[in-house]
Amino acid sequence: MNDKTYTIEVDHVTRVEGHGSIRVSARDGRVEDLTLSITEANRFFESFTEGMSPHEIPWIVGRICGICCVGHQLAASKAVEAALGLTVSAQSRRLRKLLNESQILQSHILHVYFLAVPDYVGVPSVLPLIKTHPEVVKRALALKHLANEFTRVIGGRALHPMANTLRGWRKLPDLEALEGIRENLFTALPDLDASVGIVADLAVPAFERETEYVSLTHPDEYALYDGEIYSSDTRETVPVADYRRVTNEFTVPHSTAKYARWHRESYMVGALARVNNNYSQLHPKAQEAAERLGLRVPCFNPYMNNAAQVVEIVHCAHNSLAMLEAVLDEGLVEEDIGYTPGPGTGAGAVEVPRGVLFHEYRFDDEGRCRGADAVIPTSQNINNIERDMKAFAPRMVAEMTRDEVTLHLEMLLRAYDPCISCSVHLLDVEFIP
Amino acid sequence: MKPKIAFFDMASCEGCQLAILDCEDIFLHILDLVEIVEFREALSETAPRFDIAFVEGSIHREMDAERLRSIRARCDWLVSLGACAYNGNVQARSNALAPGENMLRVYGPEAYHRTQTDPHYWPLWAHSRVRPLSQVVAVDYHLRGCPVDREEFLQLLKRRIAGALPRVAAQAVCVECKRAGNECVFEHGDTCLGPVTWAGCNAVCIGGGYRCDGCRGLLPGANLAAHRELLREHGLSEAEIDNRYRLFCAEEVAEATA
Repeated sequence: MNDKTYTIEVDHVTRVEGHGSIRVSARDGRVEDLTLSITEANRFFESFTEGMSPHEIPWIVGRICGICCVGHQLAASKAVEAALGLTVSAQSRRLRKLLNESQILQSHILHVYFLAVPDYVGVPSVLPLIKTHPEVVKRALALKHLANEFTRVIGGRALHPMANTLRGWRKLPDLEALEGIRENLFTALPDLDASVGIVADLAVPAFERETEYVSLTHPDEYALYDGEIYSSDTRETVPVADYRRVTNEFTVPHSTAKYARWHRESYMVGALARVNNNYSQLHPKAQEAAERLGLRVPCFNPYMNNAAQVVEIVHCAHNSLAMLEAVLDEGLVEEDIGYTPGPGTGAGAVEVPRGVLFHEYRFDDEGRCRGADAVIPTSQNINNIERDMKAFAPRMVAEMTRDEVTLHLEMLLRAYDPCISCSVHLLDVEFIP
Repeated sequence: MKPKIAFFDMASCEGCQLAILDCEDIFLHILDLVEIVEFREALSETAPRFDIAFVEGSIHREMDAERLRSIRARCDWLVSLGACAYNGNVQARSNALAPGENMLRVYGPEAYHRTQTDPHYWPLWAHSRVRPLSQVVAVDYHLRGCPVDREEFLQLLKRRIAGALPRVAAQAVCVECKRAGNECVFEHGDTCLGPVTWAGCNAVCIGGGYRCDGCRGLLPGANLAAHRELLREHGLSEAEIDNRYRLFCAEEVAEATA
C-alpha cells in the first residue's frame, strides 16, 4: 500500500457550473499536496455596474449566473430596495418566494438527476442512462420541464426573467397558467416520491468532517427568501446588513474565486447547511423524505448534500403548492411599483440553490450606482470543499485506486453543486469618485 | 452518420447552455438527430473532433483564446452561442477601464498588487480585455441574445443537418413587437432599444411587461443618431443614453465610434 506515487490532474472538472481543476500529488501512499483551483475568467460585475439606474441593477446582475439568475435578481432587488427605502407588498413577496422556490426546484432537479446521479451509477453522464434507465431519465426530464414552466409562468421566462423588478411585478402572472402549474405540481408528487427512493438507494461515501454551517434563519418559516444569518457554531444570528462580519473574504493565487471564513478556517452553505440549521421548519413530507434518505441532523457528511437537495425539492414542492393555492384563492391585483431614484446604501440576502447569497449597492444623489458587492455561495464554499478534500484524500489514497480517488474527489466537488461562474468576480468595491 | 456536436463555455453565466438543456421536452428527439460528444457542464464525455461547436462566453485571457483556437481547429463549423460570445454582452462594459483598474476595484488594493507582481497569480489572473469570439477566430454563425432563444437554436440545428441555414431577416425588434400586438414602450412613458436591435426574440421582454435593452446586439445599419435623438426627446440625458447603449452593446458601441 505504500508504493503509491502519482499525480492526479483534473482540468475543467465536468458536470459542474463553471471551470475548476483539482490537483493531487501522492508519494509513497501519502498525500503531499492538494489544490482545488478555480480557473474561471474574471468578469468584473461589481465594477461595471457603476452608473446604472437602481431598477437596472437586478436585471443586469442576474447575468452573473444562468442557473441562479433568479436568486441574483432577488438578492439585488432586496439590496436596492433597502438602499432606497422602498416597500414591497405582501403579494409581491409571495410571488418572489414562488419565483425563488421554482428556481430551487429547477436547479436541484438538474443537479441531482443530471450531474450527480451518473457518478453513483458508474457512468460518465446521463446519456447512457437513457438506454439503461429510460423511465428515470423521462421522469427527470418531465420534472425539470415542470420546474422551468413554473419559473416561466411566475417570472415571464425561465432564464433571466423580466417580470420582477423593484417593489414588485411589471406584469402579473396569468391566473389560468398558475392553475396549470398547481395541477402539474400536484400530479408530480408521486414522481418526487420516486426521486426520494432513487437517491435513498445510492451508496453515499462515508466521509464526515464537522464544519460550521451557515444559512439564513427565520422565526416563522424554513428560511429561503427572508431571514437573518445564522451560524451552527454560535447559534446566534447576525443581521444581513452586517454580512461582511460573516464572509471575511480573502484571495489565494490558485483561484480566481475568493475564499471565506467565519468562526473556523472555513464554513459550509447550501442545502445541507440549511437542513442542518432549520430542520424543524421543513414541511412534514420533507422531514419524512429526510428519514427515508437516512439524513439525520446534524449531518457532517458533505456527500449528503445531494440528499439534502432532494429533501428541499420535496419541501419546495409542498410549500409552493400551498402558496399557489393562496394566490389562486385571493387573486392578484395590479399594484403601483413606481419609485424615485435617490441616494443610499443597502444589503440584501436570499437563500439560492447553493447557499446564502449577499448583494450590496450604494447610490449617489442622482440614484446612479456608485458601489457594488456580491458574495456568492460557491465562493463561501470553495474553502470548505478544499479542506474536505485535504481531510479525506489521505484515507482515499490509502484505500482506493488512483481512478477511484479521482472519482471520489470529483464527486465531492459535485456534491456541493458548485456554481463557479458565479463565484468569480467578488469583493467589496467602492468606486473611486 | 449523425452529426457530432459539442458545447463549450468561456466567460459567461452558462445560461445559454442551460437554455439548450431546457429543451427537456424534446431532448430525446434531439438525440435522434445528433450525437452530443462534448458538453462539460452536463456530461463527462470528451471528443477529439466534432462537426459543429457551440461556444458560449467571451474571451478575457490569452489562455482562453488558446483554448478557443484549439476548438476551432477541431470542428468544421463554429457557432457563437449567445450574447457574450457574439458581442461581449454586459461584461464588455468593463472594457471602458483598464484591466488593472477593474482588478483594483473588484479585488481591492492588496490583492491587486499581488496579481500584478506575484508570478503565481499568472496566467489565471492575466485578464486582458473582453473580446467576442470573432475577434479571436472565424465564427460561422451567430445565435444572438441573452439568453439564446431555444427555438432559434433548434431551427439552426435542423437546417444545418438538412444542409441549409435559417433565413433570418435583418430587421428590428419593433417589427416583431408590432406583430405581437404589444403597446409601444414609448407610449407608456419608458424608452426602448427595440428600434435599433436585431429581432429574433419575438419581443419577449416587451411582452413580459418590460422594454428592450438590446441584448441581441445592434442591427447593422441602424440609425443610431436618430435613435439617440428619440431618447433625448423622451428626457434621457447624454450620460443616461450612453449607459443604456452600453448595458448589452458596449463593445459594439465602442467599435462603432472607434
